This record gives sequence, C-alpha cells and structure tokens, in this order.
Amino acid sequence: MRDKMAEQSTKDHSTLANEFNRDEDRVNWHDETLWWIRQKRDKTVNQVPGWERLREAASQIKNNVLSNLHNYLLQFEKNAIANGIEVHWAADAAEHNRIVHQLLNKAGEARMVKSKSMLTEECGLNEYLAEHGIEVIDSDLGERIVQLAKEPPSHIVLPCIHKKKEEIGEIFHQHLGTPAGVSDPQFLTETARQHLREIFLTRKVALTGVNFAIAETGEFVVCTNEGNADMGAHLADIHIASMGIEKLIPEKKHLAIFLRLLTRSATGQPITTYSSHFKTPETGKQLHVILVDNGRTVQLSREDFRNSLKCIRCGACMNTCPVYRRSGGHSYHTAVAGPIGSILAPNLDMKKYADLPFASTLCGSCSNVCPVKIDIHEQLYKWRQVLVKDGHASAGKKAGMHIMAKALSSPISYRLAGKSGRWVMQHAPFAITNKLNPWYKQRDMPNPPVWSFGEWYAKNRKKN
Amino acid sequence: MSAVKANQPGSVVLPDITVFDTEDKGSLKEFAGVLLSVGGNVFYVSNYEEITKLILEKHGPDAKIVSPLPEFKEFCDERNEPVSSPHDLYNVDVALLKAHFGVAENGAVWLTENDMHHRALPFICQHLAVIINIQAIVPTMHHAYKLIDGTTYGFGTFIAGPSKTADIEQSLVIGAHGARSMTVFIMENR
Repeated sequence: MRDKMAEQSTKDHSTLANEFNRDEDRVNWHDETLWWIRQKRDKTVNQVPGWERLREAASQIKNNVLSNLHNYLLQFEKNAIANGIEVHWAADAAEHNRIVHQLLNKAGEARMVKSKSMLTEECGLNEYLAEHGIEVIDSDLGERIVQLAKEPPSHIVLPCIHKKKEEIGEIFHQHLGTPAGVSDPQFLTETARQHLREIFLTRKVALTGVNFAIAETGEFVVCTNEGNADMGAHLADIHIASMGIEKLIPEKKHLAIFLRLLTRSATGQPITTYSSHFKTPETGKQLHVILVDNGRTVQLSREDFRNSLKCIRCGACMNTCPVYRRSGGHSYHTAVAGPIGSILAPNLDMKKYADLPFASTLCGSCSNVCPVKIDIHEQLYKWRQVLVKDGHASAGKKAGMHIMAKALSSPISYRLAGKSGRWVMQHAPFAITNKLNPWYKQRDMPNPPVWSFGEWYAKNRKKN
Repeated sequence: MSAVKANQPGSVVLPDITVFDTEDKGSLKEFAGVLLSVGGNVFYVSNYEEITKLILEKHGPDAKIVSPLPEFKEFCDERNEPVSSPHDLYNVDVALLKAHFGVAENGAVWLTENDMHHRALPFICQHLAVIINIQAIVPTMHHAYKLIDGTTYGFGTFIAGPSKTADIEQSLVIGAHGARSMTVFIMENR
C-alpha cells in the first residue's frame, strides 16, 4: 500500500538522506522552513514568564508518572469505566490492530475515519485494516495528502512538510478532481474541506489519538487545529481512541502545564484551536480507549532510555535538528522521525534501527528545546555504545574506529599519521578531493597547516 | 501490567505547582489581543439584541442560526427546522453558544456539552459565535483548571479561534474542517 515505506525498510539513514540531498534547492527549502518554525517557537516561548519552571514541572510530573505508571494505569481504567468508557489493553501492535478490527466487525462497518495518531502509524494500522478490506481515511489535511500519495508522514506534527504545493496540487488533481496546475493552498484546503465533510457525515466509526489521559478523572484530551478529531468523533456512533500507556498524567490540574507547553513548543502557537476533553460517551454512542504497550514496558526497564517515554510528541526536537532538517523525515524509516524517534525506534528493533542513533551531531539542540527536558542527545550517545557492544555497528564504521584507536593510542603513530595527512593534502590534494571521500561531498576541504601544534611548540619553546 | 510494575523506577514525588497559582486578574485586553492574533473576532455588547443584530448583519437575513440558549429560542425557532441528530447540523451557518470563561494567555474559551445541544455543533457550524461575561477572564491555564475543577461534564473543550491548517507549505489557511470564523461577544454588565 505504501510504496515509500517498503522502499525505506531496506535502506539506512545515510543512504536515504543521500537520496533526499540530491535536490539541493529542496533541501535548503526544507531546512529553512523547519528553522522558521523553530524561530516561531522561540518567539512565543520568550513571552511566557516562568517558561523554564514550566519545563521543570512537566519533567518532574512525567518522572512521577513513569515511577507510578502501574497505579496510574489502574486508576485511569477504573475511572474511565465508571465514566462509561470501554477500556481495552493491547500488549503489542498486532493486538491493537486486532481490537480495532473486531470493533469494526462487531459494528458491521467496513469504513472508518481517523484523525492523527502516530501510534497507529507505529502499529501499521492502516495497512493491516486495508488487508482485511477496511477502508481508512485520514482526516488531518497533511495526513490525507501523504495518504493519497501513498507515503508515510515525514513529521509527527507536520506530516507533509516535505511536499511542495505544486506536488500537492498534482495529487489533488489526480484524486480529488481539482484543475491541473492549481496549487493555491487556500483552494486546495477548501477542496479537502468539502471532500472530508462528506466523509465525516457518513462514517459511523471514528478513531483518534490521545494527547493526554488523566488518571484522576478517567478522561482524555485530544488537540487539533483543524477540528478533524472532533468532526470525526462527534458525528460517528463509535469513537475509538488509541493511546500509548505513557500518555497518562496524574491529575487534571497538570493539563495546565502540558497544554501551555505543547503547542508553543510545536509551532509557536499559544494553544491549539481545539483542546477537547472526552469524559463520557455521548448519549446513545460508544467510546473506547485502547491502552497500548508495544515495547514501552521494555523501554521503561532500560534505565538509560526510559526518559524517552516522557515525550509529548511536540516535534520541537525535529524542527531544531540540523540532521533532520537536511535529511528529511523519511530518511529515518520509522513512524516517529528525528532525534526522539532515533531513541524510541531501537527499543522496538535494535538491528533494523541501529543506524538511527548515529544520525545526529550530538549538538544537544534537541535537549535544549524539549518541553519535558528529555536528555535526548545523551541518550543517542548511550544508544551508540549499546549498539556497538551488541555488534550492530557496520563493518566500515568498526574498521575506521579501529584505525583511529590505533593512531591515537601511541604518540609515534599519532605524529606520523598527522604528518602524512598534511603531506598528502599539500602535495596530492586529489587523493582527498575526490568523490570517494564522503567528507568532500557538499564541502570544501580546509587548507592543511604547514606544521602541527606539537611541532610548532617544540620549535618555539627551544627559542625561549 | 506486572511487567510495568517490575520495570518502573523508584517512586518520584510530584512537584508542587502552586507557584503558578498567582493572584492576578485576567486581562481583557490580553485576551482580546491574543484572540485576534489567532484569527478570532471580538465584539463588546451589552444585550442579546445587539448580538442578533450583529450576526444578521454579517451573515445575512437567511442564515441558519442554531443556539441552545433559551435567550435565543424564539429567534432561532422562527428561522429553522428543528434539529434532532447531529447530522442535521450539516448546513448550520452560525452556532451561538455561551462559554464559561476565557483565558487571557491564549485566547481560548471553555465550553461544555451542557451548553452545546450536540457535541458536534461548535465544530460543524460554518461560523462560531460565543458569548462570555466580561468578568469571566482568567490569566492562565492554571487558573482555568481551578475553575473547571469540581465541575461535571461529559465533554468539554477549549476553543481558540477558527479552525485552521498550515499543512500546505506552512501557508496559514483559515477554515480547515471546523468553523471558518470565531466571534466572541463580550457581554458587559448591565
């Protein structure tokens, strides 16, 4: 179903990033667009007195959640059931998908409308249901666009950030019958509005994600700007909400902290247009919550990586990341891209995602903007140690590290390596400035120094 | 579940967040300013007749206007067919609702199911009009949840401005799937 997904599953980050980098103008545009969003975030954040206190409070609340997750889950389940919500537990992606399928079967429905849920991307729900003859229509505009293009989202908040409006115009021309060559965002959005209104009014089952679930009250909150989650849920007879077990927060008053942080970090808005609190099913309707583990309990056991479960999916780490901005979301070949995704993915499959913790400069910008203070770059560094120890590093990387280790381990070999490197760059630069050297791609090589600091020091010290 | 219990780290206490509960009053000027900046409209009115007049001026004499408020029952009844299911709301031009309060820091208003008629109403309408009392402005979300705490609702929502999207090349477009405009009528004390 998703051509791009199939293609991605066999290639690593650097290969996919290379493909993205072939079109330099597009890379620059992608880079600048995301940096602009990062700047909007800064502007808004700087207007909030006590922003750092908010981050600290959010971080501590999430630490508390992880340390009492068992109790909070039971408390949430009890209160949600008392509210009339049907609660389901899914140990993994397959069980989650089966539960959704069973609910559809029980209702005798073969069509569903779905608002944004990265969890269902993680679980491969759309593909699973398609194989079973169920039609799923994504209702977030960006997600609908990538769905029509048979691609996965490339960003958790901005699913089609990699697409130009002309390409979107062409997709709409093919699938929704707009005139060829029309790419005005206003016109395309209006077309999608009319197309999806018809879907909202005819679908009897709607699935949404969950931004926050409150243990104390058994309710959950869904945030959108478009209003698509609400349109789907309130016009359907059955509302299914899928959530990872880490989405819990203890008390309703904690929502204040997280709703203040979420959108300011994500897009620089003070709050999403809609922040909807679902507590009971509407009279005569059904409300289901599926609590999904899918590896989260394992991540909870990893002391070095459990903090990644504090994530509230704002996407700030992606917008600021120099690697994400220039490699594109699809290069991460996983549902959640960017720095946080590179910590979450190896937990699910160490071999398949062994490349991701290396897709970082470890500059730490991600950790600086994270609203819940996850030490993202430190965890990326730690994953590298784990992956190499477990034998998941590539042969080339191992050989290179081995040579470096040898060169750095004795002063003689170090001096010799430096000297020969400088000689080659001065006398035979073509040995460096050729296509075989990955450092030469999109870069100029520096002029080599005449001597090393060691040589200079030895010479000058004698003079004094 | 036993795995969750076995794998969770040693207990960490919840932080004290009372530091955010300031004594500040919500600023009407800030509320209106933020709401305008997110695409909303603001009118100051002193009675319900002013509201119906403004709505008719903006949306025309034939606009389908729906309101669960008793103050507007006669006004709406004489204009519309009765609504029995949320799907009957597909052609509503204007929904006229009452919100509990507004939040100055983000321009959001808090609405609950009891004041909506159908949950779908504030989303499916082409244009959303909301009335709040001039006194009912809180400074931040912390103050907002202080007011919400202890109230009962099956569904409640913060709405800040019209429905919007920037999914196509980050160009802001107003009117994605929900209301194309949001007008807040601030009711001055009589």
